[in-house]
Amino acid sequence: MAESPDPVIRVRGLVSRFGTQLIHDGLDMQVAAGEIFAIVGGSGTGKSVLMRTILGLRRPEAGTVEVYGRNIGALPRSELGSFVQSFGVTFQNGALISSLTVAENVQLPLREYRGVRGTALEEHSALCLAMVGLPPQSAGKYPAQLSGGMIKRAALARALALEPKLLFLDKPTAGLDPISAAAFDELLLYLHARLGLTVVMITHDLDTLFRTCDRIGVILDGAMLCGTPSGLAANPQPWIQAYFHGPRARAAAGEGHG
Amino acid sequence: MPRHPPTDEPGVSSLALEGGGGAWRLVLGGDWSARELGPLRVLIDALPPTLPGAVTCDWSAAESPGIGPTWALLNHLARACASPLSVQHLNPPRHIAFLEDLRAGGGTAPHPAEAGGAGRPVERLGRWVLAQSEQTRLFAEFLGRIITVLGRAVLHPRALRVPSLTRHLYETGVTAIPIVSLIAFLISVIVAYLGAQQLRLFGADIFVVDLIAISVLREMGVLLTAIIVAGRSGSAFAAEIGVMRLNEETDALQAMGMDPIELLVVPRVLALILALPLLTVIADAMGIAGGGLLAHFQLHIPWPQFIGRLHAAIAPTTFWAGLIKAPVFAALIGLVGTYRGMRVRDSARELGRLTTLAVVQSIFLVIFADALFAILYVRLDF
Repeated sequence: MAESPDPVIRVRGLVSRFGTQLIHDGLDMQVAAGEIFAIVGGSGTGKSVLMRTILGLRRPEAGTVEVYGRNIGALPRSELGSFVQSFGVTFQNGALISSLTVAENVQLPLREYRGVRGTALEEHSALCLAMVGLPPQSAGKYPAQLSGGMIKRAALARALALEPKLLFLDKPTAGLDPISAAAFDELLLYLHARLGLTVVMITHDLDTLFRTCDRIGVILDGAMLCGTPSGLAANPQPWIQAYFHGPRARAAAGEGHG
Repeated sequence: MPRHPPTDEPGVSSLALEGGGGAWRLVLGGDWSARELGPLRVLIDALPPTLPGAVTCDWSAAESPGIGPTWALLNHLARACASPLSVQHLNPPRHIAFLEDLRAGGGTAPHPAEAGGAGRPVERLGRWVLAQSEQTRLFAEFLGRIITVLGRAVLHPRALRVPSLTRHLYETGVTAIPIVSLIAFLISVIVAYLGAQQLRLFGADIFVVDLIAISVLREMGVLLTAIIVAGRSGSAFAAEIGVMRLNEETDALQAMGMDPIELLVVPRVLALILALPLLTVIADAMGIAGGGLLAHFQLHIPWPQFIGRLHAAIAPTTFWAGLIKAPVFAALIGLVGTYRGMRVRDSARELGRLTTLAVVQSIFLVIFADALFAILYVRLDF
């Protein structure tokens, strides 16, 4: 893997351990500015653990995690909070606050961290909803009244509310029908191009991988193997072959001989 | 790509309006990033409400302009200027075209608040009555479903779900013993202590025993136990079932052909009906013991005299008058708790609201039922 001069995320020699169970064993990973990077791996290989470690929600047993040149593991708790605010994060099931409307969910971080009030708040949440393609009338709805696709978009709007340069998405298209998932891919590319975002996502959606990602990192035996989607697909490693050339993969890769 | 967060301190955000009479010039300076949205918004709101003529925005000195502040400025200009064509941007940030596209798509259309306003008093009363009658209907349906399960249990005892029943018997009964004992003991000591102060005035200290025996056995033992159990188990029932509702676990059970009432509600209610009388017996014993200890150490009434007086004070019905109430109270607490749990939907706030309601209503119903029992006992001379 080429050393990019000034990566947004640089993970070196990461070791994560739960009791005697070793999850990551000297994992290295780099994400360059402006990239869309996907983390893939089988169940239990520590994709979510890696993301939580990068977000500072978990301290690594060994190794360093640098985001924008700052060592997340060494940041004091008081600074960690304000540093993490400069990332946008969406969770698999949206994690919208169920007792607040969509607009109030989007306004929550602004109200809390920026001291924005009144019509400014309304205008900004309208902007965030418009950016993710939600109709204005969805602003007054509660999460329980939204479809799965709209929940993902509302969660993305909330993640964008503080205008992050770095966006983490946990399985952004899981549970969506293919049309909504494809629409979400296009939305991501659209926002990525216009806002200059760096995106790190965990996904198993092969369509999303091939459509949106610049590079993919596969977690194998506690380490990471990085490459472009087409480059990795040519890797002879058995798990990667099974992943990219299984019956479900061929159609997504457009090989068409399945 | 600018490093983020910025290493050098950015300048103070500024927005200056120059010129006039049809040719305006807005000069933006300092930090225009998203972090400054609050202060920038104040600057933007301070601009004149209308700007007739041509407006030029000079972005050259604005540092890392964010989307939020840009959006706020564009919105203001759209309101203030006669036509969008009269606004020119100098060195604009690259996202400005994107934001103007969004504006063109009606991104700022005001969203109406969800319906459900106050309305007129008569309308509100009508809605309230409808809501209450719906509640009553739903509760009747809930009761009916429980009775159906009990009816089924007569033919197929498996419907009683004994393993589940024993678990709830343990959780609502056995684990409540320490707190119920402690409260019954302490309250009884307090009543005996205060009662003795008054009775001593008449030289009738010994009647403290009557006071304790009758008040604990008839009223306080069962009432205190019921209130403690309503707080402990009524809330637990509502919260447990409510979370299962939020996770769609009850729907999953139904989809597998199982009855959530049979699996979740009936074992809890039955366990409580069995546990509360047993707890009441313990509370009665602890109450008498508390009164006895106080009488012994504070009033110096010897044990034989205390026990003799106790026998004289307790009529055959005294103990049963209290204990009969326990299953009734238990049914009220169990039904209200599980019913409220089954009504939870959609949100975490609803879960909290209904759990609170379950505790408040079950305590109220317990006290109300106690009042009815009091009247009934007087009429029956029980």
